[in-house]
Amino acid sequence: MAGGNGKSINIKVKVWREGGDFGSGKFETYDLADIGTDMSFLEMFDVLNEKLVSQKKTPVAFEHDCREGICGTCSMVINGQPHGPMKGTTTCQLHMRSFKDGATIVVEPFRAKSFPVIRDLVVDRSSFDAIIQAGGYISVNTGQAQDGNAVPIEKDTSEKAFDAAACIGCGACVAACPNSAAMLFTSAKVSHLATLPQGEVEAKKRALAMVTQMDKEGFGFCSNIGACEAECPKEISIENIAKMNREYLGGVFGSEKTV
Amino acid sequence: MKWFLDFLTSSIGRKLVMSLTGLFLITFLPVHLAGNLQLLAGDGGEAFNIYAKFMTSNPLIKFTSYGLYTGIALHAILGLAIWAKNRSATGKSYAVKNGNGTTWASRSMAFLGTLILIFIFIHMGDFWYSMKFGGLDDKLVTYDGIKYKDLYTKVSTSFSQLWIVIVYVISMIALAFHLNHGFASAFQSLGLNHKKYTPLIKGLGTVYSIIIPLMFALIPILMMFGIDVPALNFMHN
Repeated sequence: MAGGNGKSINIKVKVWREGGDFGSGKFETYDLADIGTDMSFLEMFDVLNEKLVSQKKTPVAFEHDCREGICGTCSMVINGQPHGPMKGTTTCQLHMRSFKDGATIVVEPFRAKSFPVIRDLVVDRSSFDAIIQAGGYISVNTGQAQDGNAVPIEKDTSEKAFDAAACIGCGACVAACPNSAAMLFTSAKVSHLATLPQGEVEAKKRALAMVTQMDKEGFGFCSNIGACEAECPKEISIENIAKMNREYLGGVFGSEKTV
Repeated sequence: MKWFLDFLTSSIGRKLVMSLTGLFLITFLPVHLAGNLQLLAGDGGEAFNIYAKFMTSNPLIKFTSYGLYTGIALHAILGLAIWAKNRSATGKSYAVKNGNGTTWASRSMAFLGTLILIFIFIHMGDFWYSMKFGGLDDKLVTYDGIKYKDLYTKVSTSFSQLWIVIVYVISMIALAFHLNHGFASAFQSLGLNHKKYTPLIKGLGTVYSIIIPLMFALIPILMMFGIDVPALNFMHN
C-alpha cells in the first residue's frame, strides 16, 4: 500500500448485535487476524462482514456513507467514545493504527431513548431531522445573490459561524452526553444561522421553535458537563449552547412569539 | 401566561431557574459563613448568641430567609426533576464507560445535591429547629441585662461528638465538588460564555469552591478540639 507502514495487528472486536437472530441484543466477539494498520475502522468492519458472509452468518449492520468525515453517518461508540479515541475525527477517518496488537475493541451503538436502535449499530436519528425541520433554515426572502462585499462580515464573525456550521449532525454529542441531551447539535445550527445577517432576522423565532422541538423529541436536559464538546468530531464548542440560551431567552422574553 | 409556563418547563427554562437559584444560594454561603465564624471567637458564645437573636428577629432578615427557603426548595425539587427526566432520556448504559474528559463532579451533581439536601435537613433539624420552635426556651444566657437563647452551647455540644463533626466534614466535601462544577455552570446556563470572562469565572469558581466549604468545615473541627481564633473576636478587639 503506497505510503502505508505495512504493519498489521490481530484484534478482537466485541460488537453489540441487536434485532433478527439476536433479539433484544447482546455482545458478540469476533477474532480478526492480520488487520492492516492503514485500514480505516470501517474497512475493518468490511473485512469482518466479508468473513461473516463467507461463514453464512449475518453481517454486522453499521451506517456509513461518504467515508471522508463530512456526512456524519458513521455512528458508533468505540471503547466508550463516540467515533473512537481520536479527537476531532469521525469513525470513518479513524485508522487501525490507533489500536494495539491483541486489543479487544468494544463497539456499541449510540445510546439514547431518542435514538432507538434499528439493528446492531444502526440507530434512528430522525429526531434530529425533526429539530432541523422546526427551524434550522432561513425562510426570509433574501433576493438575488449580493455582490461580493455588499454585506460586510468581519472575518472573526464568519469564522465563528463556520465553526458552528461544521456540525455534521452525527449525534455523537447525544451519545456522549450522560443526560442524552441534544443541546450541542441544536445550538450549532441556531448559532450558525444567528451569527450571519441572513439568519439573524429569524434568530429568536428559530431558537424558540428548535428548542421546543428538541424538548418534544424527548432529549435530556443539559447540565454543562462538556462531554459533547470533548467527543464532537467537528470540535463544536459549548459556547454555541450559551449563545442558544441567549437567543432562546430573547425569543421567550423579547419577542411576541409564543412558539 | 401559558408561554411563561411553557418556558419554565422547557429545557433551557429549567436550566435558567437552576442557575439563578444556584447563584442566589452561592451568595448566601459567605454571609452564613461570616456569621458562623463568630462561633470561634473564644468569647463563650456571646457574639454568636447576640447574632443568632438578631438573625431570627430582624424583620428584613426574616423576609429574606423565606426567599432563601424558597430558593433551596426550588433548586432541590427542580434538580431532582431534571435528574429523573435525564434518567428517562438515556438509553441502555454503555458497556465501556469513558469519562469523555469530563469531571466526576459535573456528572454527579444530582448525587452531590442530594447529599447536601440531606445535610441541610440534619443541620436545620439540629440548630434552626431548636432556635425557632422552643427547644432553647429554658436555656437562656444574659448579656448586659438582656436574655438570649444559648444556641452557642447547643452548637458546641453537638460539635463535641465525633460523628456529627464527620457528617459535617463529608457534607462540606460534597458541597465543594457541587460548587466546583455549579459555580461556572450557572454562568454558562445564563448564556454568559466569553473568551475573556469565562476563564476568570472558572478560576473564581475553583477558588470559591475550595475556600468556602473549607472554612465551614473548620468550624466543627476547631470547636471539637476547643481551638479558638481570637482574631475573630470583633466585639472585644
